[in-house]
Amino acid sequence: MIEFILAKYNYWIYIVLMMIGFYAIIVKENLIKKIIGINIFQTAVFLFYISIAKVKGGTAPIIWEKAGPYDNPLPHVLILTGIVVSVSTTAVALALIIKIYKAYGSIEEDKILEMKEETVPLSIKGSKKNSEHLTSDSMLYTDE
Amino acid sequence: MNLVSNIPVLVIIIPLFSAILIPVFGRISRSFGWYISLFATFFSFIISISLLNTVLTTGKISYRLGGWEPPWGIEYLVDYLNGYVLVVVGLIAFIVTVFAKKSVEKEIDADKITPFYSVYMLFITGLMGIIITGDIFNLYVFIEIASLSSYALVAMGRKRAALMASYNYLILGTIAATFILLGIGYLYMVTGTLNMADLSRRLPALYNSKVVLTAFAFFTVGISLKLALFPLHIWMPNAYTFSPSVVSAIMASTATKYGAYILIRIMFSVFTLDFDIRVIPFNEILVFLSSVAIIAGSVIALAQTNLRRMLAYSSVGQIGYIVLGAAIANQLAMTGGLIHILNHALMKGTLFLVAGSILYMTGIEEISDLNGMGRKMPLTMAAFTIGALSMIGFPLTVGFVSKWYLALGALDAGMWPLVLVIIISSLLTAVYFGRIIERIYFRDSIGAGEDSNQIIGQSGQSEAPMSMVLPTLILAGLCIVFGIAAFFPVSIAAKAANMLLGGG
Amino acid sequence: MEIIETAMPIYAIAVSLLAIIPIGLSGERNPNLRESWTITAAILKFIIIVSMIPIVLDGKVIEYSLITVLPGIDVKFRVDALSLVFAVTASFLWIVTSIFSIGYMRALKEHSQTRYFAFFAAAMAATIGVAFSANLFTLFLFYEAITICTFPLVAHNETPDAIKGARRYIIYLLGTSLAFQLFAIILTYNIAGTLEFANHGILAGKASDLMLIIIFILFIAGITKAALMPLHSWLPAAMVAPTPVSAFLHAVAVVNVGVFTVLKVLLYIFGTGLLYRLGISTVFIYFVSFTIIVASIIALRQDNLKRMLAYSTVSQLSYIILGASLLGRNGITGGIIHIAIHSFAKITLFFAAGAIYVANHKTMISELNGMGRKMPFTMTAFAIASLSIIGIPPLSGFLSKWYLMIGSIESGHAPILIVLVASTLLNASYFLPVVYAAFFKKLPSDEKSEIREAPAFMIIPIMVTAVGTLLLFFAPSLLLDLAGIVLGNLTGGY
Repeated sequence: MIEFILAKYNYWIYIVLMMIGFYAIIVKENLIKKIIGINIFQTAVFLFYISIAKVKGGTAPIIWEKAGPYDNPLPHVLILTGIVVSVSTTAVALALIIKIYKAYGSIEEDKILEMKEETVPLSIKGSKKNSEHLTSDSMLYTDE
Repeated sequence: MNLVSNIPVLVIIIPLFSAILIPVFGRISRSFGWYISLFATFFSFIISISLLNTVLTTGKISYRLGGWEPPWGIEYLVDYLNGYVLVVVGLIAFIVTVFAKKSVEKEIDADKITPFYSVYMLFITGLMGIIITGDIFNLYVFIEIASLSSYALVAMGRKRAALMASYNYLILGTIAATFILLGIGYLYMVTGTLNMADLSRRLPALYNSKVVLTAFAFFTVGISLKLALFPLHIWMPNAYTFSPSVVSAIMASTATKYGAYILIRIMFSVFTLDFDIRVIPFNEILVFLSSVAIIAGSVIALAQTNLRRMLAYSSVGQIGYIVLGAAIANQLAMTGGLIHILNHALMKGTLFLVAGSILYMTGIEEISDLNGMGRKMPLTMAAFTIGALSMIGFPLTVGFVSKWYLALGALDAGMWPLVLVIIISSLLTAVYFGRIIERIYFRDSIGAGEDSNQIIGQSGQSEAPMSMVLPTLILAGLCIVFGIAAFFPVSIAAKAANMLLGGG
Repeated sequence: MEIIETAMPIYAIAVSLLAIIPIGLSGERNPNLRESWTITAAILKFIIIVSMIPIVLDGKVIEYSLITVLPGIDVKFRVDALSLVFAVTASFLWIVTSIFSIGYMRALKEHSQTRYFAFFAAAMAATIGVAFSANLFTLFLFYEAITICTFPLVAHNETPDAIKGARRYIIYLLGTSLAFQLFAIILTYNIAGTLEFANHGILAGKASDLMLIIIFILFIAGITKAALMPLHSWLPAAMVAPTPVSAFLHAVAVVNVGVFTVLKVLLYIFGTGLLYRLGISTVFIYFVSFTIIVASIIALRQDNLKRMLAYSTVSQLSYIILGASLLGRNGITGGIIHIAIHSFAKITLFFAAGAIYVANHKTMISELNGMGRKMPFTMTAFAIASLSIIGIPPLSGFLSKWYLMIGSIESGHAPILIVLVASTLLNASYFLPVVYAAFFKKLPSDEKSEIREAPAFMIIPIMVTAVGTLLLFFAPSLLLDLAGIVLGNLTGGY
C-alpha cells in the first residue's frame, strides 16, 4: 500500500493540492480566498503536467553534444500557456472583486447575497450625454 | 501562400486583429468600435460560408498553422460538423452586431464602449477558434479566451448583480476549463498526441485503460459545466439575466452552442460511438440527464417573473434537446440534435433581441410589465410571437423540424418515453410563452403597467429604432424560412451526423 | 382516378390570406372599404371552390404540392369529394357570416374591428387549408393555425371573462393537439413512413393491434375540436366570444374542422377495413353515442341560449363521427351530409341568437316569451333551423338522420337506433319550448309588442341560411353525389 502511494507520489500531491483548492472555492465566503483556491486548483493541474513530462534520469531538453535522455518539453510549453491563462483569470477576477467591493462595500459572499438588489432604471442612467459625467463607479451603483 | 489557401485561419485572425484595432481607433472616435466589429463579423460570416461551401463540394479542409505538419503542429480542420457550426455562429454574431449599436450606446457607459467592442471581438475570436481548431490543447486555449472575455462582458451589465453573476460564472467556468485541461493531460499521457484526428486513431486500442476513462470523465464534467447541462446550469440564469442585452443574446445563441459542439466533438470525433456505448453506458446517462434538463428547464422557466431569466431557463431545457439528440446517437436523432444548434440559435437569438429591444425602449424587464406591448411595439412583438411559436414547435417553424427529428430518432431507438418528454416540454413551453403573448396582445397597459407608460411618456406606438428591429425581424424570418425550406440545413446536419456516427 | 395538377386550392386559400393586407390597410378609418374587401374575398373564395366541383364530380382529383419541408413531409393539397363538401359549406357560410358580422359589429359599435376581420380572414384561409390538405402534416399545420387565428376572435371582448374563456379554449385545443395529435402523427410516420391520406388507410398491417389502438386513442384525444366528451368543455367556454364568432366556431370552421379531421383519420389513415378488423369502431360508436345523449341532456338544462346551442353542437357533431364509424355506406353518407346540414341549421340558430341580442339585448331563453311578435323574421328562421336539427321533414336534418338510422341497421348496430330516437326526443324537448315561448307565450307586460328587428345586414344572412336548410332537403343531389364519390373511392379496389 505504502509502495503504491509512494510510487505515484506525484499524483497524490496533485490530488491533495487540487482538493485543497476545491475546498477553498466551495467553503470560503471571502471572494479573494476563493480566487486563491482557484489558483491552487489550477497549479495542481500544472504540477501534474510537469510531473508527467519527467523522464527517469532525463535532463533539461537542450540539444548539445552530450545530450542524453531528456524530459519531454511539450507539457512544459503547454503549461506556460496554462500559466498565462491562469494569470489572466486571476487578473479578471481581481478586477471584478474591486468592482464588487465598490458596488456592495463588502467582499464576503454571504453578506453580499443578503443585500437586496437595487434597481437602476435605464432612464436614470440616461442618455449618452449624461453618462459621460458619471466618472466614478459608485455613481453607477447608487445605494438604496 | 496566397490569401485563398489561408482562409481557415482568417476566421480567427479577422476578429482577433479587430480586437486589437478597436482600442487604437477608439482613441479617435468611439463609433469606430461598432464599425470595425460589424466589418469583422461580416467577413467572418462570409468566410465561414465559403468554408462550408468548400467542405460540401470537396470534403474536409485541413490547414496547418505555420506550415507545421500535423500531428506536431496545430491543425485547423473543417468538416461537415464544424463548417456548419461556424456558419451558425458567424450568422448570429453578424446579426447581433448589427443590433448592438443602439443597445450598447444605451446600456454601456460611453467611455466603456470601445473596450466593450474589443472584448466582444475577443469573444468571437474564442468562439470561432473553438470550433475550427483540430488540436485539443488549442481548443483549451480558445475556450479560455472565449470564457475570459465573456466574464468581462457579463460584468458590464448595468446592475451590480451583474458583477456577482460574472464572478460566479468565472469560478465555475475556471473549474470547468481546468477539468478539461486535466482531461487533455490524461489523454496526452497515454497517447502522446494532442491532435484530435491523431487521438481518435490511437485511442481505440486504449479504450479499456482507466486513464482514458478518467480523461473522459473530466471532459464530461468540464464540458457539461460550460454547456450548462442541468444540474450544472446554475451559473447561467444570472449571467444571462444581468448581462447587457447584446451579451445575453450572443451568449444564449452561440456560447451554449460551442459547449454542445465540444461535447459532440469529444464524444464522437475524439472518442467514438463504440466507446460511448460499449465501454461505459455513457449514452444512457446522457439521455437521462438531458431528459431531466428538458423538463426541469421548462418547469423552472414557468416560475420566472423576469423575461430574460425565463429565457435563460428555457435555454437550459433547449440545451437538453441538443444533448438528447447526441445521446440517442442514431442518424435521425443526431440530425435533430445538430439541426437544433442552428434552430435554437435562431429562436433564442430572436427572443433575446426582443428582450433587448424592450429594455432599450421601455426599461422593462419583468414579464408582468409587458401588458399592451403588442400595440406599442408591433414589429418587435411579431418577432417575439414567431420566436415563441417556434419554441413551442409549431409546424413550418424551425422548432418543429428539430422536435420532429428528435422524436423520430427516439422512436427509432425504441425509446418512446422520450417522445413524451419532448411533448411535455412543448406543452410547458406553450404555457410559459402563451401567458406572455396573452399579456402583450390582450391586456391593456393601463393599470398594471403604469410604470411602463410613464417611461415611454405616451401610450402610442414606440417601436425600437430600425437598426434593432431589422436584425430581430431577420432572425425571426429565418425561423420561418428554415422551418419551411428545412431541407437545406437538415441535409448538412444529416451529413455531419452521418460522419459522426462513423458513416465516413 | 385521374389526378389534375393545378394551383386552384392554393388560390382558394390565398384569397382570404391576401385579403388581410387591404383589410389591415383600410383599418378603422375606412370601414366600408375594409368590409368590402372581406366580402370580395369571401365571394371570390366561394367561386374558386365552386369551380372545382365539376372537376371532382367527373371523378377526378385535384392535387398540388406546394413545398417539401423535409423528405416525406410536404405541404400538399388534394381536393376530393369529401373536402369539397366541407369547403363549399364553409366558404358559402363565410360569405353570410361576413355580412352578418358587419351588421353585428356595427350595431354594437365593437372595438378593434380591423383585428377582428383580419383574423377572421386568416382563420378562414386555414379552414380551407384543412379541407384541402393531402396529408396529416398539412392538416396539422392548418389545424393549429386555426386555433391560433381564432384566439383573438374568442378573446375579442378583452374582458377578464373573455380572456378566461379564450384561455381555456386555447389550452384545450393547443394542449391536446400538441400532446396527443402530434404524438399520434409522429407514431404514424414512424410506422407507415408516410403521412399521405390514402383510400384504404396507410396503417393496415404495419404495426401490432395494440399499437394501432393506442394511435387511434391518441388521435381521438388529440382532435379536441370535434368536441367529443369529456374534452368538450372548451366549446361552452368559447361562448364568451361575439356571436358571429360563435357562429363561425360552430358552423363554419372550428368544430367542422374537428369532425372533418376525425373523418379523415378514420377513413384515410386507418381505413374502414382496418377499423372493422380491429373492432375498435364498435367501442367507439358507443363512446360517441354517450356524447350524443349526455350533451343533449346538458343542453336541456341551460337557460343561456348560446350555451344551449353550444351543447346542442357537441351532440350534433357526434352524429357525424357516429356515421363515419358505423363503417357502412349509408352511415358514412349520413355523416358526410350532416356536415353541411348541421352547419346550415346551426349557423341560423346562432345568427338568430345574435340578432336577438343586438335588437333586444336578450341572452336567456326565459326572456324570449313572445319574441316571435317582436322579431318575426328572426324567430321564424330560428324555428325552421330547430326543426331541421330535430329532424322533421321537409327539413334537411331529416335526411341525415334517415341515413344514419338506415346505416346503423345496415351495420348491425340496432341499439344505435334507440340513441338516435332518444336524441331526437331530447332535441325536440330543448328546442320546441323556445319556439313555443317565442310564438305562443305573451310578451312580458312591460314590453310593447312592436316589431324590433335587427338591421338588414343581419336579417338577410339569417333568411339565406334558413332557406338553405330547406333547399338541402329538396335538392340534396350535390351533397349525395359527392358523398357517393367518397364511398366509391373507399370501396373501390376491393
